[in-house]
Amino acid sequence: MDTPIKTPVLEGWFTLDEREPHLLGARCSTCGTYYFPKQIKFCRHPDCAGEAFEEVQLSRKGRIWSYTNAAYKPPEPYISNDPFVPYSIAAVELERERMIVLGQVASGVGVEALRVGMEVELVLEALDDGKLSWKWKPLQGAAR
Amino acid sequence: MNKDIAILGVGMHPWGKWGRNFVEYGVVAARAALADAGVNWRDVQFVSGAATMRNGYPGYVAGATFAQALGWQGAQVNTSYAACASGSQALAAARSKILSGECEVAMVIGADTTPKGFLAPQKGERPDDPDWVRFRIGITNPTYFALYARRRMALYGDTQDDFALVKVKNAEHGFDNPNARYRKKFTAQDVAASAMVADPLRLMDICATSDGAAALIVSSLDYARRIGKQNAPRVAAISTVTPTFATDTVEMPDLATDSAVAAEPLRFRAALPRKAYEEAGIGPEDVSLAEVYDLSTALELDWMEDLQFCARGDAAKLVRERVTRIGGRLPVNPSGGLACFGEAVPAQALAQVCELTWQLRGQSGSRQVQGAKVGITANQGLFGHGSSVIVKR
Repeated sequence: MDTPIKTPVLEGWFTLDEREPHLLGARCSTCGTYYFPKQIKFCRHPDCAGEAFEEVQLSRKGRIWSYTNAAYKPPEPYISNDPFVPYSIAAVELERERMIVLGQVASGVGVEALRVGMEVELVLEALDDGKLSWKWKPLQGAAR
Repeated sequence: MNKDIAILGVGMHPWGKWGRNFVEYGVVAARAALADAGVNWRDVQFVSGAATMRNGYPGYVAGATFAQALGWQGAQVNTSYAACASGSQALAAARSKILSGECEVAMVIGADTTPKGFLAPQKGERPDDPDWVRFRIGITNPTYFALYARRRMALYGDTQDDFALVKVKNAEHGFDNPNARYRKKFTAQDVAASAMVADPLRLMDICATSDGAAALIVSSLDYARRIGKQNAPRVAAISTVTPTFATDTVEMPDLATDSAVAAEPLRFRAALPRKAYEEAGIGPEDVSLAEVYDLSTALELDWMEDLQFCARGDAAKLVRERVTRIGGRLPVNPSGGLACFGEAVPAQALAQVCELTWQLRGQSGSRQVQGAKVGITANQGLFGHGSSVIVKR
């Protein structure tokens, strides 16, 4: 039987390569500034008039800048199972892009397993409504 | 040219969850401010309202809504919306009118009625709206506060006990404040026993949303002299600067910071008071007290450093040493802050100015900061809005 094709929670925000997924960003052809999400027409660097961008795959590994969790069910449009299962959230620094990107942390990883500075990688996982989202997951053997 | 304006009168409607129309709160605050100023409503030449986004069209045109409720009398009107800085932008509009000579006396006013629970985005499938997107993947407001708090713990060694001390201090400050919503002397044990919302922050570390209203009557210094109020506290600075690219902190409602490959990362919160100090021609060493936006307990510590009251990482030490309590060298949130008020967005920045005004006049009763001469406010909200106002005698 065919596996049903999973749909992303946000169309065009990340690649659907389940083994090595990437967030999809944009890079200004004039000044090199990265953007996520990629929907950008005019560069936001105040001294750059750039209007041309290339789509880029953002680094899929980074280090935790900070982390927390959602102990309560968020309001709509978040969709969650009943009973609600708390999830962790990480803000991750990408070295090449010099930017911080938020995301949920892979399910089953509690805040007690996270540390600022810890190395994480991007994975794809279904949210409670079955739609795929990006999540951060500690690398095997990452320093605790 | 002296760019100060006088604060002739201030008024508030008590904060709470009253569930009534925001206009009603606004009128109560406005009438209190007029009475406090000794100014007749018909003499107000400019009404500058701070908008609310949660009460339909009357909220979008708040300046006119309040002017009508107080009785149309032909004043010019303005409405400002800038999230948490709405009140400060409304005040800045009034100051511009006064300093340009287009009016002598103005009313600045904001009021809100808030729904229960988490603040949520507008309905519908709207992937172009960053506020909708972040809720769609489960990122709420407390997420951001908690990320900043955890970062402090990792960088500076702050603890959850330090954060609880901020709540305990603010609860004591607000205990006697008749305009505060929560008037109970919570203990560190109470904070530790409250439910975890966004680790490391518990329910009592995070501010609620409230109903409330605040109003100011402001004028030219000349007008103040003519009515015998030459000693009224003055607005010495209003900073409403935007962030400068590239932002170093991931801010509500964004999912990412700016990329800093082509520009150095800069901290928005620190830029707000810096501009205010520059405009007033004073420094942090001149400040007697501060009202800051404690959306969370830990955020009050960030603000203390952004206001340059201490070096990065030293704020918790100041709290432990009781420096920021009333009676300490530099009281922070003598009103009780958002911890005791909860946030009524368009009224909150004005409520901060009301508190500074009472403090500088020596009218704050049991929460009086002795010898208060210079006060500063700081707040920050969605989409690069924030403000810092300096009031002096």
